[in-house]
Amino acid sequence: MKEARAGMGIKARTNAVSWAFIALAVVMICIFYFYPMIQALLMSFQSGTGTNLSYVGTENYTRLFKDATFIAALKNTFIYLIVQVPIMIVLAMFISVLLNDRNLKFKGFFRTAIFLPAVTSLVAYSVIFKYLFGNEGLINTMLLKLHLIADPILWISDPFWAKITIIVAITWRWTGYNMIFYLSALQNIDNSIYEAARIDGASAFRQFTQITMPLLRPIILFTSITSTIGTLQLFDEVMNITKGGPGNATTTLSQYIYNLSFKYTPDFGYAATVSYAVVILIVIFSFLQFKLAGDKNG
Amino acid sequence: MDKLKKFLTYLFLSVAAVVSIFPFLWMISSATNKSVDVTKGKLMPGAFLGENLKKVLDTIDIGPALWNSAKISVTTTIIALLIASLAGYGFEIFRSKAKDRIFSVLLLSMMIPFAAIMVPLYRMFGGISKIIPAIGIDTMTAVILPSVTTAFLIFFFRQNTKMFPKDMLEAGRIDGLNELGIFFRIYVPTMKTTYAAAAIITFMSSWNNYLWPLVVLQSPEKRTIPLLISNLGSSYAPDYGVIMLVILIATLPTAIVFFLMQKHFVAGMTGSVK
Repeated sequence: MKEARAGMGIKARTNAVSWAFIALAVVMICIFYFYPMIQALLMSFQSGTGTNLSYVGTENYTRLFKDATFIAALKNTFIYLIVQVPIMIVLAMFISVLLNDRNLKFKGFFRTAIFLPAVTSLVAYSVIFKYLFGNEGLINTMLLKLHLIADPILWISDPFWAKITIIVAITWRWTGYNMIFYLSALQNIDNSIYEAARIDGASAFRQFTQITMPLLRPIILFTSITSTIGTLQLFDEVMNITKGGPGNATTTLSQYIYNLSFKYTPDFGYAATVSYAVVILIVIFSFLQFKLAGDKNG
Repeated sequence: MDKLKKFLTYLFLSVAAVVSIFPFLWMISSATNKSVDVTKGKLMPGAFLGENLKKVLDTIDIGPALWNSAKISVTTTIIALLIASLAGYGFEIFRSKAKDRIFSVLLLSMMIPFAAIMVPLYRMFGGISKIIPAIGIDTMTAVILPSVTTAFLIFFFRQNTKMFPKDMLEAGRIDGLNELGIFFRIYVPTMKTTYAAAAIITFMSSWNNYLWPLVVLQSPEKRTIPLLISNLGSSYAPDYGVIMLVILIATLPTAIVFFLMQKHFVAGMTGSVK
């Protein structure tokens, strides 16, 4: 009896201690993530300049649909999403399949080289790309010398080419990063599956679509969700390569939130509304991607 | 057919590798050239590294910016590792239904875009400024606090704790260590590689953090490296040689960390997905 009570005492104490282990983290996440999220929700129904905010109902939300800059930023974000994310994912997958060949020489060199962009600071590489793609930058100089173009391409100041520049830049930065996930997944696939397929006479293409792709599905899901969330939050690159311009040709939702809060006359309420639009988009896209991957599994 | 396939494989990988490395080579070579030569499209290294370095030291406050970034990144890394590993350990070792539920709620914070909480955080630190200016707007603490706890890192430690041999806990308890003693004397030394991987990812993301420092740091002498580079990059009459040298110097710490600890780095990235 005595023993049992002592045991319970220890258990209760361990229980309290066990909560102590996680307490700090929980408190910090609540203060610096969830509390601001609730604040932002409240602010999204308010309007005014600076800290003088008053409730305006859903006015901010209806304003979104008439706001040309918001629509432009939304459109740009979608273009980046639809064009850049698939290109990058396919490229990362393709490179990792090539690198996974056991007989490949210089594997380490290729892997390190292609991964290298992923260790650079977003600001640093953006500035380098801005100079490379300047009107008189190295890319134009080389293209002109090779007679591939007759006039310099306005990589930064033409609305169409500026988007291309951003897409090229992000693809350069993140392809190697995503490749690593595919590589580590490929290394876990048992080689005997492929041997069996070969004996059955399956072509390399069929091996890829019937074996590799299904096994990589969780990684495809993971990389497309993280890339989608990353694209919806795009800021550093546009800020440092094009400043969102020309006009609003490359601006993103995050940059618009920044401008609304810290560049123009601060309108924190409306900025919060725009940020909730981003949150809603992230939730919708993540849900869709999960759904898509789930259906394929079934 | 096989030969052609082999040739195309090497060709494709070589092009990919060259495209990936080229901006680095151009940065290094430009850091040794005069600004005029960089604009003319000179690719080969020149003899102006010394002159560029002198200009960097004379005209740009790179020293203070490096020092600010170093202070912030190192402090963030130490605190982040402590908080996240305690929590990851707690969630895994002392599992319970309630804790699992809290854990899933914490994971939701990974979906929160920073831009969405940036304004409320700014107002929060604005309020703090009025009471305790030392940890309010324009301070190192304000940069560190919001980014020091991430659900990702807690998740990372929890995943790795699954591989921690549980009988070592019993051994520690029998030896009379209390729970915190077990954590610091047994868990931490055993999980060195996990800590190394976590340290690298945290240090790099802190060193490169841009948006929040841009919002919260206002005086020029508090600027971190990304803010300095961004500022130089938007100047109207850029001295390319000098700017490239600054970027090169700023990239060196992360590049060195990467090359020394490449294995840990990759483990840190992929460990959480497995």
